[in-house]
Amino acid sequence: MFDVHTALDGASFDGAIRVAELTGQGMIALRGDLGDATLRDAVSALTGHDIPAPLHAAWSGEVTTVWMSPDELLILLSYADAAGAARDLQGKLAGIHALVHDMSDARSLFRLTGPALRDTLAKLTPADVSPAGLPVGMARRTRLAQVPGAFFLRDAQTADLVCFRSVARYVFDLLKTAADPAGRVGYFEGFPEP
Amino acid sequence: MLTLQCPYCGVQCDETELTAGGEAHLTRHGPGSDADTFEQYLFLRENPRGVHFERWRHSHGCGKWFHAARSTTTLRVFGTYKAQTTEPPQQIRDAISAVHPGWSWRNFGETA
Ligand SMILES: [Zn+2]
Repeated sequence: MFDVHTALDGASFDGAIRVAELTGQGMIALRGDLGDATLRDAVSALTGHDIPAPLHAAWSGEVTTVWMSPDELLILLSYADAAGAARDLQGKLAGIHALVHDMSDARSLFRLTGPALRDTLAKLTPADVSPAGLPVGMARRTRLAQVPGAFFLRDAQTADLVCFRSVARYVFDLLKTAADPAGRVGYFEGFPEP
Repeated sequence: MLTLQCPYCGVQCDETELTAGGEAHLTRHGPGSDADTFEQYLFLRENPRGVHFERWRHSHGCGKWFHAARSTTTLRVFGTYKAQTTEPPQQIRDAISAVHPGWSWRNFGETA
């Protein structure tokens, strides 16, 4: 096994929310016709769940699938499993027009936890992060200050956030600033979750 | 602030999540075309005060190109539609007509 180093080697920060880079995280990018039965079956066999609805994420066990566009999925699984799973998937999709790639070293993943989660995200993105606009399970690909990023809520106080590895330090610093305890907003904290 | 709904993923995008792609419904004229036609294709653009058709890309999102019809003066959006077309769909034209009777833009419009 390689001695894997993520962009920030698992750095974390405790402020209005906790921000932690996840280590040991693998990612597979898949592009193709998401309505194709062969593709849907191959993905479900790998992930253990159905392909999520548009603009949503689905998860079971250690595997999460994020809907990225009408023809793109991002599969989150352990780093150790990613390369083999990508090869298997590529093999199953050999007969159809699809692209599979192990992106584990190309992107970084952060886990955000705490009740000030929505307020922290709202400082960085134009996306609607209210409980109605971003319910648990919905995934949003958008902008975090000056760079692209995507996030979804696993529960009302836990979100996963993906960005390119090359901007991981920038995004971590953004999140730290936005989650400064002295800058706590308290706007969404009282909102009821749907 | 301008927001446009991406017709592919359905997200109501903020302008800063999008990349502007210039005028919509251009017909490409490449090598072999005469000089006037090539100039028209490459350089000559509409710059209307009012109804306009544009290309946008949902760059901080699903990544797809789409079309939008809006007013350059009021920022009113008449609708967005997919890029796999060479002309505005009827419901977009109807939405414009409801606000701007007699509108025209290039070879599209009520009088065309
Ligand atoms: Zn989109």
